[in-house]
Amino acid sequence: MIDAWAAATIVAVVAGVVGLFTVMRGSAFAAHAIPNGSIAGAAGASLIGAGTLLGLSAFALAGALAIGLLGRRGRHDVATALTLVTMLALGALFVSWSSQYASELYSVLFGEVLGVSSSQLLPTAALGAAVIAAVALLHRPLLLSCALPDVARARGLPALAIELAFLAVLALASAMTVPVVGTLLIFTLMIGPPAAARACADRPARAAALAVALALVTVWTAIAAAYATDLPVGFFVGTVGASWYVAGRGWSAWRTRRRRRGRPAGPAASVDLIAG
Amino acid sequence: MSGALASIVAPGFFASGPVQLAAEIAAVVAAVCGAVGVFAVIRGQSFAGEALGDITTSGGSAAYLVGVAPLWAYVAFALAAAGAMELAGVQRARGRDLATGVVLGAGLGLAALFFYLDSVHTSASGATVTVMFGSIFTVTGTTVRLALGTGAATLAVLAALYRPLTLASLNAELASARGVPVRLVGALYLAVLAAAVALAAITIGTILSTALLIGPAATALRLTRSPGRAVLVAASIGLLALWLGIVLAYDSYYWPPLHRGWPVSFFVVTLIFTGYLLAGALGRVRAAH
Repeated sequence: MIDAWAAATIVAVVAGVVGLFTVMRGSAFAAHAIPNGSIAGAAGASLIGAGTLLGLSAFALAGALAIGLLGRRGRHDVATALTLVTMLALGALFVSWSSQYASELYSVLFGEVLGVSSSQLLPTAALGAAVIAAVALLHRPLLLSCALPDVARARGLPALAIELAFLAVLALASAMTVPVVGTLLIFTLMIGPPAAARACADRPARAAALAVALALVTVWTAIAAAYATDLPVGFFVGTVGASWYVAGRGWSAWRTRRRRRGRPAGPAASVDLIAG
Repeated sequence: MSGALASIVAPGFFASGPVQLAAEIAAVVAAVCGAVGVFAVIRGQSFAGEALGDITTSGGSAAYLVGVAPLWAYVAFALAAAGAMELAGVQRARGRDLATGVVLGAGLGLAALFFYLDSVHTSASGATVTVMFGSIFTVTGTTVRLALGTGAATLAVLAALYRPLTLASLNAELASARGVPVRLVGALYLAVLAAAVALAAITIGTILSTALLIGPAATALRLTRSPGRAVLVAASIGLLALWLGIVLAYDSYYWPPLHRGWPVSFFVVTLIFTGYLLAGALGRVRAAH
């Protein structure tokens, strides 16, 4: 139980930070596709007897690379969708080859946070630290290229390299989180809390802190509720994550109305421009 | 001729009942997905299609629980999700992916719950794999008729929408200047998309359904620019991929490593993806000349 809390806490911190950049860069689809497609890695690794984390990382990175490169030619969303389904189809093949994996599929898809063992904690923490360090290193070009793409281009920032670097960070983040919350629900954690945080806080640093806090509350509530009711963790992560978004939308709508009544467009308009 | 055919198709293929039903439903689904998918690609709604497909997973898992035909549950859940996306503001350009994503996240949470309840309350083991990766060879005659009805209704709505939808998809400002109710057209199209996704989910599974919706359409739009022609090309590509996938899956009962058959969905998706890459290469060769 202590291990589950520790692992979920690491995951929530990483998901909050990476998720904020995902929301700001508009990469929600990639954040869905990469963890979801990496399930083929988990199935393949179990087939050849390799470590799950290794398989997940390899497939997540390969998917990120394919999305980044295929998206350069042709439509980005089509490239993302087709990369995702191709990886999933491989996953279907691997699952059909292995005789016992089908029963494990559920835990890969929806996570098994209560089954986290202490031996999983160290790799999860190490990967989490690496992801946070990478985001800290990259945060300036990442912010600039999504908030003010023209300025970024004028300064000679390589757009493709930044995109690929971000997708690689996303891939590592999903590889470490999948064993804990599952391929399908890490996405909820990466979108719901950061979206709400962005609606409430204008500065990136404050929004990141808020996103991490909301993600922590989400996983802690979900684990406690799952423990108490015996229902799957994924259900609670999904509903709590979505309700943050609704709350954030409501809050920002209320604030906009109040601001309109108070004073006309003030400095807030320019902050919105930078954030979005 | 028959010798060449026999070397491709394993014995007993044409006499097999499940294969016939699979081929029939493949034809219906390929036609609907080709037509609907072209607009999904033009409008940049791949993510919406993907999200609707994933959400039908919860419909599939709920169907096991209640004991209704999966297609009904797929259609019902996809339409409900389309409504939720519309409410969450999927039509605003800004934050559209977020609205889609949040509905998707909530839908997946429900799927987690229903699969769990399936495993507790029913003896349907392996429901997860069947729902997510499809099982075209288990399609029944009733499902084919149901799919035919759903498909015909979907195509009828799409045909009625065709002109305003084309205009609204290519140039929304011009369309609204001409008095096209862009918002209403968008909402109706989302419902059409939901029905098409539900049909695709029956054949190749809920989380793979996007392949059939987006793949052939994107390939067709790389080959031709006219939406009308693209619909025909996309439907043909989809049909080819599905039928070839069925043949290969039938053959694969004799293949290693298990001699148990590879999943149809794997062949279909791989064929579609290969087609997309080939069409891109063809376009570059054409442009070079």
